[in-house]
Amino acid sequence: MSKHHVTTVINGEPVEFLCEAQQTLLDVLRDELNLTGSKEGCGSGDCGACSVIADGKVVCSCLMLGVEAEGKSITTVEGVAQGDKLHPVQQKFLEHAALQCGFCTPGFIVAAKALLDENKNPTEEETRYWLAGNLCRCTGYDKIVRAVLDAAAVMRGENPRSPAA
Amino acid sequence: MSYLDKATLKVVGTRPIRPDGVDKVTGRANFGADMVMPGMLWGRIKRSPHAHARIVSINFDKALALPGVKAVIAGGDFPEVTPDRAHVGAAPANLRDLSRNVIARGKALYEGHAVAAVAATSQAIAEQALDLIEVEYQVLPHVMDVEAAMADGAPILHDDMFTAGVEPKPTKPSNVSKVVRFAKGDVEAGFAEADIVIERRYTTQPVHQGYIEPHACVVSVGADGQTTIWSSSQGQFMVRAYTSRIVGADIANIRAIPAEIGGGFGGKTIVYLEPLAYMLSKKSGRPVKMVMSREEVFRATGPAPGAIVEVKLGAKKDGHITAAQSILKYQAGAFQGSPVQQGCICGLAVYDFPNALTVGYDVLSNRPKTAAYRAPGAPIGSYGVESCIDELAEALGIEPLKLREINGAKDGTKATHGVTWNNIGYQKTLEAARASEHLKAPLGPNQGRGIASGYWHNAGGESSAAVHVNEDGTVTVTEGHPDIGGSRASMAMMVAEVLGVPFENVRPVVGDTTSIGFSASTGGSRVTFAGGMAVTQAAQKVVEVLKQRAAVIWDISPEAVEWRDGKAYPAGANAGSFEPLDLATIGNRSARTGGPISAEVQINAQGQGPGFATHICDVEVDRETGHVKILRYTAIQDVGRAIHPSYVEGQMQGGVTQGIGWALSEEYIYDKNGCLENPGFLDYRIPVASDLPMIDTIMIEVPNPRHPFGARGVGEVPLVPPMAAVANAIFNATGMRLRDLPMSPPKLRAAFDAAALPRAAE
Amino acid sequence: MPRLNYTAPATVDEAVKALAGAAGLAKVLSGGTDLLVQLKSGRLKPDLIVDTKRIPGLIGIREEGEFFVIGAATPGVMISANEKLEHAWPGIVEGVDLIGSTQIQGRCSIAGNLCNASPAADSVPPVIAARGVAVIAGPSGKREAPVEAIVTGPGRTSLAKGEFVVEFKIPKPKPRQSDAYLRFIPRTEMDIAVVGCAVNVTLDAGGTCTDARVVLGAVAPTQLVVADAAKALIGHKLDAATLAALDAAAQAACKPISDKRGTIEYRTKVAGVLARRAAAIAFERAAARA
Repeated sequence: MSKHHVTTVINGEPVEFLCEAQQTLLDVLRDELNLTGSKEGCGSGDCGACSVIADGKVVCSCLMLGVEAEGKSITTVEGVAQGDKLHPVQQKFLEHAALQCGFCTPGFIVAAKALLDENKNPTEEETRYWLAGNLCRCTGYDKIVRAVLDAAAVMRGENPRSPAA
Repeated sequence: MSYLDKATLKVVGTRPIRPDGVDKVTGRANFGADMVMPGMLWGRIKRSPHAHARIVSINFDKALALPGVKAVIAGGDFPEVTPDRAHVGAAPANLRDLSRNVIARGKALYEGHAVAAVAATSQAIAEQALDLIEVEYQVLPHVMDVEAAMADGAPILHDDMFTAGVEPKPTKPSNVSKVVRFAKGDVEAGFAEADIVIERRYTTQPVHQGYIEPHACVVSVGADGQTTIWSSSQGQFMVRAYTSRIVGADIANIRAIPAEIGGGFGGKTIVYLEPLAYMLSKKSGRPVKMVMSREEVFRATGPAPGAIVEVKLGAKKDGHITAAQSILKYQAGAFQGSPVQQGCICGLAVYDFPNALTVGYDVLSNRPKTAAYRAPGAPIGSYGVESCIDELAEALGIEPLKLREINGAKDGTKATHGVTWNNIGYQKTLEAARASEHLKAPLGPNQGRGIASGYWHNAGGESSAAVHVNEDGTVTVTEGHPDIGGSRASMAMMVAEVLGVPFENVRPVVGDTTSIGFSASTGGSRVTFAGGMAVTQAAQKVVEVLKQRAAVIWDISPEAVEWRDGKAYPAGANAGSFEPLDLATIGNRSARTGGPISAEVQINAQGQGPGFATHICDVEVDRETGHVKILRYTAIQDVGRAIHPSYVEGQMQGGVTQGIGWALSEEYIYDKNGCLENPGFLDYRIPVASDLPMIDTIMIEVPNPRHPFGARGVGEVPLVPPMAAVANAIFNATGMRLRDLPMSPPKLRAAFDAAALPRAAE
Repeated sequence: MPRLNYTAPATVDEAVKALAGAAGLAKVLSGGTDLLVQLKSGRLKPDLIVDTKRIPGLIGIREEGEFFVIGAATPGVMISANEKLEHAWPGIVEGVDLIGSTQIQGRCSIAGNLCNASPAADSVPPVIAARGVAVIAGPSGKREAPVEAIVTGPGRTSLAKGEFVVEFKIPKPKPRQSDAYLRFIPRTEMDIAVVGCAVNVTLDAGGTCTDARVVLGAVAPTQLVVADAAKALIGHKLDAATLAALDAAAQAACKPISDKRGTIEYRTKVAGVLARRAAAIAFERAAARA
């Protein structure tokens, strides 16, 4: 029984793997490549915990086949920080206490990074609608949205708002 | 040393970054499904497609013939948990029932009930093997609704269930497991003296806790029975105890390691997978990993009950309530144990009722066994009572907030369930609501404002903690509570405060069952209270040890040493003139001054303070579509002392959001066969980011004197008021009173049509 | 053990051969946002997946004379980002944009939305309202069909074995022609439409409607082109009487079911509401266009 051989780039590194046709990219990341940062919350594209960036677009990796990664460039949560330097979104999540259990957090980090890659100055409403595909049950989204808006401000070079404000 | 004065605190009350935060924002943190063990198999569960059925036979022949299948199990592989062995320690669950919930014995009692399980070398093979397990069922009539299950002639789930709390003792089996009753004064007399009496009926559907992480575990049972369980749960000691009882193993042979947990809200205070994975591992001789799909989480794990709440209130024209009565009928699911008692108690606890009666029925039906959900029982009871209070206010022509100011509980008030309040913050929440900006904000067309209050008693209980001073003066705090919402940061903060060192020097660890003493589960809003008490006491003991070591180093009496700002000082000039000694210095010399510097404390914490809240909610209603938009929300709560204010705010905002979902969009939808139609996040609708505004929080601090820092439990109270706050706001906006949750758009539209109110102009 | 096969053909002909020659069930994979859900739930058990995304032209938007041509597998984000298309047909872009979350938008396609044949598909009513045409490749060569001819019932299309949609041709708007799409969902995002309504109108200089198409989604086994609703608009300005007639026509056309997303009565009433609201937006947009 032969598997598919896939060549791709993950978090800037060339990667090869073997997979069955029915394995999703999420299955491959978690079970074949030991990149367990992306989470399965629902398996049906409704929760966003599995979010990755594929060729610049944030997608649910549970709704992409592993074989479709061929020739693509994938960014997972493990690739958002640069070494020990956190991305502003990650830093602001910590400062604003925008996570409680932390399970949805990787998906939010990836989706928020994708937002800020595309829109340097999102409004609160734009941020909420962009992130509507990421479910959080712990926080009520308040501190998450504040963290993302604050990260955007930092990335624009503006004074960050104090988290306690 | 008293830490109740906020002005003296240096660490507690600040907002440091949580110590597990970097791992969680980078994907490094390991949750239940992130573990692998060498040689691991994958387990999957065969579930009943019927709501009620006798299991006639199970045939594994074809499944076992599939290459890669290494073990199969069914109910018969598990020991019988006799009634005398149904409880372990002080843990609340009935293990006899839990054992029969984890895997069916003889009867499938709900659609999704586990009937058998298989372990195989890959997920795909395990999945395929499920189809090859042949189960023969004899389908039985099923019953889903509370009152249908209570009626004569209803299909009975358990032939050995006779309603408790009823005299004379019944001889016919029933689906009502018990009736509970609390009374104060004389309600009949109270209603008789009222100027106005209203009676209303409210109904709710089951809702799921909605944690984003499905249940997951990896269990490895050695040939000698020594077992490692890796799972995400609200209590590794609970996992150990419950698994041991269900599989018939000694507790000491099980090491339960707490993974990071992706949400629980009460739904992970019991086990579903661990005993099954244990048995599969034992039979196959290999570790077994089991991860639930989202569909399994909905079909087979415990929601909060659906319920009927009938409330009767009598009052004088001036607003004083003379009598209150509530009758609660809660779904327990397939086994007894809904939180109806809490519903009875908590709904009425916010008020000073001179006469009150509350009666609760725990009713079984062919649904998944209910599990705890954030202040279990109270949100439903309060939905009824707080809505009825609002209806009473309307009938009296008194402002809803004023009605609460007139009748609200104070220090000295005796609650219906017998407790006399002392040091409670309810009145302060009303004052804060009265003074709030929110209350003064103007409202536009089709907009309305609702108020509701709530109460939860919180819990104390058993916790252990150890504080170690390392050789370099950094500190390790080991505690036994899985960190659901940021509690480990608070543990470290309290220890840092006691020791007088920076927060960054103290590293908290959530230990497994072999590395810290027994600790009851993370739940009941008890970790910051009880766990915090334990770590504080341990840190205080360490301070005494540090002083003794300084005394040894200085060769003076320990009474002549004082500890402040992280250092040992001679206590006064007579003690001698010595340079202060910090933790690094003393730690480095520990071996020469007496040995490791460490203290472990085990407590059964008492004196947890109750929590009270008042919420204000603004909505805007689209009369043509029935869509409700939450415009503004303010949650006011007495939190005792906010150890880490950001995480207290977070508990409030999260609970409010769950309540909004419960109010407007969440429900289990079953078909006529008792099968769940919406077992996924597409059609089980929890609030998304675009549904909500920012959620404002006002934290009132009436310190609980029984906790060293004044902490009260905060996590559960926030879910108690929101449903009534939203319902009351909808009434204020539209004049429509909805008494059935969720208040989904079709229901609002139908209500408008029925009342034929004039529509908003196009 | 049943094995799923996967192929990613490089040309239309290869794709046709693979689909036509498949021994068992073959399914086209564009964005996968419906297909993978159905695969994993066991609702669909295909033997072969044919990934069309490597075929030149399947992803991309171009103009050809009087048409916009949208590759069948073009993801939603690409459609929403196309300013010319958005300016021309804001309603189509609205409909596409409403298919699910940002993550879904990174992958979902009009072809998938259409051929999945859910009555609640969001991109389909506005494409039908704009008189969009599907270009289909198959064993007998290429053919064109109006988009409303593709879906024949829930989960069923008129495509024969071996056929798949290659692209959509959507006529460019005439002067003073525009569209709008609204849907009703219980939350603000992430729900399948309980009702969807697309309105496409052409106005004269005075604001009177000279041409209209009103298409309802999620209220019948297929999308409904409501001729009576169009009649209610044509020859009229959008005044109270026209709106009332439009509302009634929309309601009369509904043949919905009661399910976990909505009841018959509710869907019918909301169809009328959305028709009025979408028409108001479409008229306003059309009038603003010279």
